[in-house]
This record gives sequence, C-alpha cells and structure tokens, in this order.
Amino acid sequence: MTHHTPPPPTVGCSDAPVLKERGQHEVFCGLTGIIWLHRKIQDAFFLVVGSRTCAHLLQSAAGVMIFAEPRFGTAILEESDLAGLADAQDELEREVDRLLARRTDIRQLFLVGSCPSEVIKLDLSRAAERLSARHAPKVRVLNYSGSGIETTFTEGEDACLAAMVPALPATDERQLMMVGALPDVAEDQALDLLARIGIDKVTVLPARHADAQVGVGPNTSFALTQPFLGGTHSALERRGARHVPAPFPFGEEGTTAWLRAVARDFGIDQARVDAVIDAPRARARKAVAKAAETLAGKTLFFFPDSQMEIPLARFLTRECGMEAVEVGTPYIHKALVAPDLELLAEGPVIAEGQDVEKQLDRCRAARPDLTVCGLGLANPLEAEGMTTKWAIELVFTPVHFYEQAGDLAGLFSRPLHRRDRLRLEAAE
Amino acid sequence: MKLSVWTYEGPPHVGALRVATAMTGLHYVLHAPQGDTYADLLFTMIERRDHRPPVTYTTFQARDLGSDTANLFRTACEAAYERFQPQAMIVGASCTAELIQDDPGGMAETMGMPIPIIPLELPSYQRKENFGADETLFQLVRRLAAPMARSEAITANLIGPTALGFRHRDDITEVTALLEGMGITVNVCAPYGATPEDLTRLGAAHFNVLMYPETGEAACRWMERELGQPFTKTVPIGVGATRDFVAEVARITGLEARLDESRLRLPWYSASVDSTYLTGKRVFVFGDGTHVASAARIARDEMGFEVVGLGCYNREMARKIRALAKEFGVEALISDDHLDVEAAIAEAAPELILGTQMERHTGKRLGIPCAVISAPVHVQDFPARYSPQMGLEGANVIFDTWVHPLVMGLEEHLLTMFREDFEFHDDAGPSHHGGAHVRREATDTPAQDAPAEAENVIWLSEAERELKKIPFFVRGKAKRNTEAFANERGLDEISVDTLYEAKAHYAR
Repeated sequence: MTHHTPPPPTVGCSDAPVLKERGQHEVFCGLTGIIWLHRKIQDAFFLVVGSRTCAHLLQSAAGVMIFAEPRFGTAILEESDLAGLADAQDELEREVDRLLARRTDIRQLFLVGSCPSEVIKLDLSRAAERLSARHAPKVRVLNYSGSGIETTFTEGEDACLAAMVPALPATDERQLMMVGALPDVAEDQALDLLARIGIDKVTVLPARHADAQVGVGPNTSFALTQPFLGGTHSALERRGARHVPAPFPFGEEGTTAWLRAVARDFGIDQARVDAVIDAPRARARKAVAKAAETLAGKTLFFFPDSQMEIPLARFLTRECGMEAVEVGTPYIHKALVAPDLELLAEGPVIAEGQDVEKQLDRCRAARPDLTVCGLGLANPLEAEGMTTKWAIELVFTPVHFYEQAGDLAGLFSRPLHRRDRLRLEAAE
Repeated sequence: MKLSVWTYEGPPHVGALRVATAMTGLHYVLHAPQGDTYADLLFTMIERRDHRPPVTYTTFQARDLGSDTANLFRTACEAAYERFQPQAMIVGASCTAELIQDDPGGMAETMGMPIPIIPLELPSYQRKENFGADETLFQLVRRLAAPMARSEAITANLIGPTALGFRHRDDITEVTALLEGMGITVNVCAPYGATPEDLTRLGAAHFNVLMYPETGEAACRWMERELGQPFTKTVPIGVGATRDFVAEVARITGLEARLDESRLRLPWYSASVDSTYLTGKRVFVFGDGTHVASAARIARDEMGFEVVGLGCYNREMARKIRALAKEFGVEALISDDHLDVEAAIAEAAPELILGTQMERHTGKRLGIPCAVISAPVHVQDFPARYSPQMGLEGANVIFDTWVHPLVMGLEEHLLTMFREDFEFHDDAGPSHHGGAHVRREATDTPAQDAPAEAENVIWLSEAERELKKIPFFVRGKAKRNTEAFANERGLDEISVDTLYEAKAHYAR
C-alpha cells in the first residue's frame, strides 16, 4: 500500500520547549465529564456533592440534552451543611437512601467531589465506604473528584476511571483492555477490528454495565483511546497491567499505528493486521481527502480544552495538510502523547495551561484560518472575523477509528466551508 | 443538603454576571476556581452575544489554597483594570471562594484603584440568581447614583432588564415606544446597555419604570427613598396590564394617558369565532412570579382560559403569588423542585401549560402542549425576530405563542385519529396519487384501542361504539369522565345511557 501521509518529521515536537501558562483558565471543570460518562455507563448514577453552581454547570453543559430523569444530580450543600461536618455525612446518607429507593435500576453510584466539598474537606471516600457496605451487593459506591480546583474538563473522566481500577477483580488471563469512554458506535468498530486481527480477549473500561466481567492483572495489556487518562494509566500499572504506547486512534494514520502497536504487543503478524485494515484504511483516506481539500494549507490554533489537542494537531497537520500555529492543551502527559509529539513536525508553539487574555492576544496576532476553542470564546472570536470550531463537540461526537476519520476532518472543515458559502453583503 | 436534578435559577454570582454583561464599561472580578467560567457560555451561546462577558475569573487551584489565593485575586484585579480600563468594577466571590474567606471586597477597596470598586456580598448557599442580579444592580445604583436636578422634559429610567433575560431586549424597545407615545423619553435604561457613568445620571429622571421586579426592585425602592423617584408597579404584559400601565404613568406624571392601539390585534383575534375553541381551556401557569402573574391575568381575561393551577419558583414572590392564587381559587405552588411541579401538573391534567423550558419538557413527557412564558432561558428564547412580551406588540406575540402549541396539538390528534379512519388509514397510501389507495372495510368489531375494560367497569359494546363516534379530541376526556362517573355510582357496566348521563353530569 502506498503512503499517503508524509513520512515522520526529521524533527518532531518531542523535545520542543513548552510554553507554560498560568492565569485565567477558560475551560470546564471535571464535573462536565458526567455528561458523557452517565450515557456510557448505563446503570450508574453520578451524584455530585456540591453547590448550586455545580448543578447549574451540569445543566448548562448538558444544554438541550434534557432526559426524562437523568442519571446524574447534585446534592446541593446548604448553609446548615457547612456548619457541622458530621451532619453532612448523615445528610448524604439520607439523600442516597432516598435516591436508591426511587431508582432501583442503579447498580453503581459515583459520589463526585466538587470545589466546595473539597474545600470543606468532606470525606467522600469514607462516605462511599459506608454507603457501599450499606447497599452491597446490589449497588457499588465509588467516589472521585471532578472539582475545578483539581481537574480540568476531561480529567474528570480520568478520575472516574482511575477510581474504578482498584475495585476491578484480579485476573491472570492474557487480555487487552481498551480504556476510554467512547461512543458505542466507535467502540464496537474497534472491538470488531481487534477481534478480526486475532485478539481473542478484549475488555473495555468503562464497561457499559456493572456486571460486565472486567478484570485486571499482570497479563493485561492496556491501550488508551484518549490522551487524558494519565491517572487511570498509573492506576492500571499499579495493578500490574502494561501500557501499549501508541499514537491515539484519530484518523487513518493514528488508527493504523494504534492497531499495529496493539497487535505487536500480542505477537500478531503485521501481514495479518494489514489484511484486515486495508479496506477501512482506504475508506478513511478517501473520506478524509474530501475535507482535506478545504483544510489543506490553512493555519490552525488550539485553545486548551480536552487534552486531545496534540493528537488532533498531528491528525490535522499530517492527514489534512493544515499548518499548526499554536497547540494549547491544559496538561501534557508526556508518557501518553510522546508518540503523537514525535509525529508532529516542529514549528507550532506548544502551550500547557492557560492565561486566556494573553492567549487571545497571540491568537489575534496570528489570525489563524481556524481556531479550536471552547464555547465561551467561539462566538466572540467569530464576531471578530475569525473562524472557529467549538472543541466540546470533539468529546461528544464519535471521532475515533477509521470509519469516523472523515467525520473528524469534517468537524474542522465545516466552519471554513460555511464561511465560504455565506453571501451576506449587498450585491454591489 | 438537597438533591437537585435541574434548577430554575443559577447561583447568585450568575445574577451578578447578568448585570455586568448587560452593561458596558463595567468589569467584574470574580474570585472563583477553574470551571466557573462555564457561565460565559450562557451569554455567548444561549444569548449569542458577540462579546465575552466582562468578567475576570481568578481561577484558583488546589495548590493555591492556603498559600496565595488572596494574592491571586489582587493580581487578577490589577490585570483586569490594566487591560480593560473599566469605569467601575464589581468584585465578589463564587460559592467556593466564599468558603475560603479571602474577602475580595475588602482587598479591592484597599488597592487604591482610581475608579469606583463595588464589593458584592452574595451568599451562595442561601440565595439564588435573581437575588444576585437584584442585589448587584442595587449596589451599583447605591454607589453611583445621587440626587440631582430633574431633566426639563419628563423622562423615565427603565429598571431591571439584564443579559440573559426572557425577551428583555425587545421589551425595552416596546416600553420605550409606550413612553414615547405619551411624550416621555428614556433617561437611562439599566442595567441593559448602561455604563457606570450612565448610572450617575439616574437621578435626572422623573420616575422609574420597574420592568422586572425580580431584578430591579431593590434599586427602585432605594431610588424612591433616596432620589424621590416614584416607580411603576404595573408590569405591562398583556392588553389590560398595558392599559393599566399607561394609566399609572399618567397618574405619576400628570400627562394624558395616550396609547396608540392601531396595531393591537389580540382582542379581535380572541373575539373572532375561530377562537371559540379556546374557551375554558384548562391551563397551568408556572414560572417566575412576575411573568406568572401577568400570564394568569391574560389567560383568564384575554384568552378565556380557565387557570387550574399556578405557582412560581422564586420564593421572593411567594406572597404575591399566593394572593393571586387565592383570587383565582387555586392553591399556589411555590417550589424550585421541578419534580414537584411536574407532579402538580400531572395531577391538574391541564390542556395547556404556560411555563418555562423545564415545563416544556414536562409537557413533552406528559403529552401536554406548552408555551414558554418565563426564564430560565433557552437558545430558542432569543429569536432573531422582534418578539417582545410587553406592550401591545407583546400581547400580539403572546396570542400567537400560546395558540400555536394548541393548534399543533390539534394537528397531532388529527393525524392520530385518521390513522384509524376508513379512508385515511396508515396502509391506504396517498389518495391524491390514485391507484394505490385501498379503502378499509368499515367493521363493527371494536378497534384495538377500544376501551374494552376499565379497572372494574365494563363497556357494553353499544356504548363502546357510541364512544367511538365522539370527536377524537374530546373522546379521551369523555371516556375518563364516564368511567369516573360509573365508579362513583358503583356501576360495573357502562351503557349508552351511562355515557350520556355522565356527559350531562360533567357539562359546564
């Protein structure tokens, strides 16, 4: 098969200097992950212990996704809870009892810490233990923090998955664990490819249901599908599992490299892999090529959002022909994104953290053709004449693996395409 | 601790943000952790504002706690002043910052800024969004406004409209026109579109128009006391209220009450025979106190509906809404728990809900049409077209908005009914294409959805056939009423006579 993507760059970004910024962060906190996690884990309830602000954030981030009775909620701390801590534990127990009595379909309950609960040092792990004992074996209660003082946006998913790892049963079975909450359609495609490549035993974290058999042990290799799972990565290594480093499965190149790395780990012949992936690779290339017509040669600027920025910059520069000006990301897990950094040609500013006003100054000076940013910045930048892509869609939309590669490229080409189409000026 | 799934109001600092974002030349420094910046998207996405809200968030993190969060606040204040050069700044804490007790207000006041710094104390664990907006405007006015000579011509201030308000943008235009019609010009509209400098000129107006008590009442009361400005008590939503408003303004100013009704259509639309079917429609009204009070009056007096339930989510309006409910002969529902509201609606089984976006979803679940009359807002509440609630055009808009879901409901019923029809059933194919059309034999056997058996009442087949002849849009009600009637009387069979006796019993 001929090479359509360029060869790896002579100098990648592995050792590029990182601009470390500290200041106003225009990003969501980790609670936001609940919006997709509760859809993925279908028998779980996410109970945030926090303030009215937390409840308002979840509802604003969820936007129009108002479900009959969503499997998340906020136990809103009130003046009386702040006065005495012993009370708060009892109050929480009462609310959980009431909730579980009403929602008999719930098998896993996550107590999610927030900024206020962290600041008043409400011990949610103790609460989780007590509640677990009380409601076992029907309901398992775990806790993690999604607070803004500790987690940035997608780090909430990382904290959630990391909290699940110690509770996984031990196994010595040789298996692959695919880690990351992906939309079912993308997950199923990946499982199908892995099966056809010849990996017999694959488990997924998080599983869709509590009773799925997900074990972990020294014969477990795990591959991450998202670059923000640093905490989960460490937690799995502590359980003896081994990480398979690879570029993340975005685009044709990323997916191919990811699958080959996994196959190598399982001693599977590359010829066998290629026989399986040749057709979907060709489809992915074809689909990406369409969007690449619009994207090629265009400059690109990432505001930090989901930590997916580095792998996505790799995809957009190498497969779509874009030129990255700045790649901002909330946090860089070197151990996780090293293979992507290696493939990303030197040039762009790599920024970690944020001082939003300064970054806006840099963005305005660079006048990129496309700016990837959060919802708070998109319309104001559009009003300044810049074309933007809102980043949050990248975590809600199926974008991983071959069959979604074209959709992924399309997310970026659509705003440019739209700007081209609109004719709003007077005719003369 | 209280479990909450969806909330009607955000925290109080979001109210302060609504005031700051409505204004220009004002900047808000908010001591808050990362993540609280989500509030920006309310304005940039839901309201489609083309500017970022004028807010600097200090974005403290866990590692800052106990070391230098106070310093972080100071730096953020200085940087914000340098960059934005505002005429005034408001400073305060979000819920988390309130717990770490850095006292942003106290710190900012000692920083020697050359502009007014207004500290906000917004208790996050007790109060909510509307209070936050009301209190912020009050603090701004108290600090910036002062007694001064009245303008020569008669002028008024418009008080209360904020960013992210339910139709505030268009209500301002409408109320401005109402006043102009009487020869009154607007001195300052605040906070929407005002600068801090504008607020210093508030005292020049002869009176204040309190557009939204939720967000402007504290400021109006202060101005009444300190600046000697009376304020209007009538909110001009609906035809009657608009006429009352004009009369009230005439009383305050001594001017002649003038109202150009040439473009008012609601009264005729409501009187025209097409609207006969609206008579006695049972409606449930829920939202913020001000919009609920207005909507209840319109529903009863201007649309001919029957109000079967009403309530509000903001406790500040509880007394007013309880009194109103008494007048309407119903029990007021004062609750910010949407599940309570849903239960009350299900219980009242109205034919139309006048509510918020929350009730719109409730309506979807219960199969009851809903028109939105109040915040909390949704992107749909910021239409591109002119769409006020206040004044005479507001009344026209309300007529259309409320009737629309009923008409849609009717269409859906028609589709459902014709699914059973001998001529238009699902398998029939489109008759206007000819050929494919297949008529279904009319049968005497009951259709699948026939009311074969209620809990302990049996429909005799003749009664059942009779029931099927009743127009579909009242058939469900007829069935329920008849069964209830039979149950009450301990009947175990329903005959044609029972059906008509029940009908006579429930006739209104």
